[in-house]
Amino acid sequence: MAQAFDASAQQALLIQRAESALAMAKRMGADAAEVGASVDQGIGVSVRQGEVETVELSRDQGIAITVYVGQRKGSASSTDASEASLLATVEKALSIARYTGEDPSAGLADAALMATDIPDLKVHHPWALTTDRAIELALSCEQAGREVTGITQSDGASLSSGEGVRVYANSHGFVGTQKGSRHSLSCVLIAEDEQGMQRDMDYTSARNPDDLSDPAAVGREAARRTLRRLGARRPPTGTYPVLFDPSLASGLVGHLMGALAGGALYRQASFLCDRLNTPLFPDWFSLEERPMEIGATASSPFDGEGVQTRNNRFIENGQIASYMLSSYSARRLGMKTTGNAGGARNLRITAPLSNPAALFEQMGTGVWVTELMGQGINGVTGDYSRGAAGFWVENGVVQYPIEEFTIAGNLERMFGALVGVGDDIDRRGSIHSGSWLIDGMTIAGN
Amino acid sequence: MGLAASDFRRLSMTAHTNDLQTAVSILLSPGGLTLDALDSGLGYAMGAGIDYADLYFQRSWEEGWILEDGEVKEASYNIDGGVGVRALAGEKTGFAYSNQITADALMDTGKTAAGIVRSGKQLTGQAVNPVTAASYYAGIDPLAGLSADEKVAMLKDADRIARAADPSVTQVSASLSGTYEVVLVRASDGTLATDIRPLVRFNVSVIAVKNGRRERGSAGGGGRYSMSRLRDEQVSERYAKEAVRQALVNLEAVDAPAGQMPVVLGAGWPGILLHEAVGHGLEGDFNRKGSSAFAGRMGQRVASKGVTVVDDATLRDGRGSLSVDDEGTPGQYTSLIEDGVLTGYMQDKLNARLMGMAPTGNARRESFAHLPMPRMTNTVMLAGQDEPDDIIKSVKRGIYAVSFGGGQVDITSGKFVFSASEAYLIEDGRVTAPVKGATLIGNGPDAMSRVSMIGHDMALDTGIGVCGKEGQGVPVGVGQPTLKVDELTVGGTQS
Repeated sequence: MAQAFDASAQQALLIQRAESALAMAKRMGADAAEVGASVDQGIGVSVRQGEVETVELSRDQGIAITVYVGQRKGSASSTDASEASLLATVEKALSIARYTGEDPSAGLADAALMATDIPDLKVHHPWALTTDRAIELALSCEQAGREVTGITQSDGASLSSGEGVRVYANSHGFVGTQKGSRHSLSCVLIAEDEQGMQRDMDYTSARNPDDLSDPAAVGREAARRTLRRLGARRPPTGTYPVLFDPSLASGLVGHLMGALAGGALYRQASFLCDRLNTPLFPDWFSLEERPMEIGATASSPFDGEGVQTRNNRFIENGQIASYMLSSYSARRLGMKTTGNAGGARNLRITAPLSNPAALFEQMGTGVWVTELMGQGINGVTGDYSRGAAGFWVENGVVQYPIEEFTIAGNLERMFGALVGVGDDIDRRGSIHSGSWLIDGMTIAGN
Repeated sequence: MGLAASDFRRLSMTAHTNDLQTAVSILLSPGGLTLDALDSGLGYAMGAGIDYADLYFQRSWEEGWILEDGEVKEASYNIDGGVGVRALAGEKTGFAYSNQITADALMDTGKTAAGIVRSGKQLTGQAVNPVTAASYYAGIDPLAGLSADEKVAMLKDADRIARAADPSVTQVSASLSGTYEVVLVRASDGTLATDIRPLVRFNVSVIAVKNGRRERGSAGGGGRYSMSRLRDEQVSERYAKEAVRQALVNLEAVDAPAGQMPVVLGAGWPGILLHEAVGHGLEGDFNRKGSSAFAGRMGQRVASKGVTVVDDATLRDGRGSLSVDDEGTPGQYTSLIEDGVLTGYMQDKLNARLMGMAPTGNARRESFAHLPMPRMTNTVMLAGQDEPDDIIKSVKRGIYAVSFGGGQVDITSGKFVFSASEAYLIEDGRVTAPVKGATLIGNGPDAMSRVSMIGHDMALDTGIGVCGKEGQGVPVGVGQPTLKVDELTVGGTQS
């Protein structure tokens, strides 16, 4: 890489800066304080039509401080690493705290919950990647896609590689730190017929560069996904089963977690308020979190407030077994934190898995959705209405590509109408899921 | 009375030398730099083969206050800043940035940016040419417009008013945020430009519960002005009442229909239609690359007669307005579609040069740590002749949508969506029951060709839009009169 990055030195520096900020806060009158700091560095290259388009070197740093004065809270952050700026940031957090209201639930997580088991989860795999090599990989990815018959142009291939360090420390004396890396390669291609242009893409993403897919395979998959969209028609309006591609099924898990999040619950802004220990999914479906999984996307031994993470089971045999809580939201709800300040880490589904062919057969006639558009999700009511593209299926057989239609329903009913989960698991993100087959959604098309 | 977009343009030529002095003292002096030192900074980014290089200095102060349960629970303050250095050679771009604004940082980032692009023609040196531009907003620190006590009082007012408005209101959250941003651009083509950009916003969100149903309503707005104007315009009251009204409407909403039908869009924020259906598709980069459904259609009919769409960075105090863009080009009024015919693209310098066109002041970047791209500012459809009532009366069965959550477009296929958050049925020419939120989907060129009636009630949105492109968010505005699209697909659940 063109810029040197010594993660261990950066880590030592960040810890020192965090501890210095905590000491300043205490000296200046804070009763408690917490600090998050990070440094990230990376390279990004993009190529298009066989030529280099951009080469970007990034280096981002930031420090965020939250102080508590009694039950009042103030926060400030800065990207300036100087001692003077650190002092000004702490001062600002303290001065702003004077104007916030007393909040009985405010404060650090309980000291007894601070993580003590902090193993190396193997999420830091730096890549000694030169700019030339990065360009070469992106070019080979794009070229493999462009060589596929029918691809008329490329919208480019991009490779990005980065590593970073983050530190969380608080006035309980807790200091947690983790080094991490992320590398990804993507390709977007365009094909055209008399009806017009279509685009689609593929990507690979991993913490360890050795786990990335072959660049040529990414290019060819992008080509395959693009070409299969040509000649799209509009499906009929009506009620049909919908098969969600794995990446889109992960999105549905994301909406579920949004509704199980403490912040949404105490604000009454969730369709799952007061639903703990009641059925939501079929009884063969369970969902759990594995925050300590070795090398996984979102692995971390401590959460956003230093609490030891744990294997939460959110859905057990179809029932809502746990909410997703931080200390603050837990206090608001009269419950205990689940170690989820900052969200869920590595969600895994436990269910009998079918191969996709069996899911198509089970679907019979309906819609296979491979792309969703727009934000049409109402977290308060669970109402769901989104733009989509995919394929029309009859008697379990894919007939033709479809586009310019919507799928609509209500998340609560959709979860209850889940009839199958595929074994075609997408492992690129923090939520691993196969395809989902959901019965009885409304399709609006022709 | 219809308002054409140009009616908002009350030009005020301010002395930009004042802005320049402010920018230099905020951005350069703390790191020991002077304007003259930027020439050598630029020199590092140039070198053989570079066509163009620029330095973008930025510093921003951002403040946010959030009220929940009747108390201000969160208050935050964020300081960001640095310099981004870009070197262009042909279609290639090299980019690096630093949080430090010092001579050393300029040398490091400049050499890095220049070192990563290798070909291109030799540059001829340009004399410094300070950009003269009109100001479309005051160069002030908007956060200083109210004291902390006054900010807290505004939020508490919103809470009190919302709770008093209806007994079904169970939760109120209100937020006040503002950014004071100072930028300076120095480019190898001689450009020297500065801008001081205030931006504020007030928002109210409520939950109302009735008969076991729970719904949300939200409202907000702002622009490029001082926080004191939010107080003077009593937005606490306006947005609190509006959020409650919307929640109460949604409590009565029935399932939305599914299928193709006429859609009447209200004036103002529903202009998100233009942003998605045509705006992105007319950005220069997508058209240079030929990846837009509008590529190669300049001079052709792409919308119904009567449809005139402009991108207007010059609206006074508008959320998307720019006195100069992020490459130092003065903000402009750019005609995109005139009476249905495609007349212009939105350009930054790179894409304008490669397409043999002029920059249109549409180069924007989220921050110094991001590359500029052609982006929208305020995208507006000009007023037509029709009475809004007549537009409703012309529909036998359809939807009247007045508020939206957000939208998205695939610029290549032209397919776009936007999601209604407040909508009604139209039955036999009358607005009847409210319907639940539903996503509308269409194809940009088709939808614009099906615009059959255009009201005389052009309105801008209240100042809430954020546009996302390639992971970068920038504030934008939209506006339009009431209009009718003869056929769009409505994504309800009643088929």
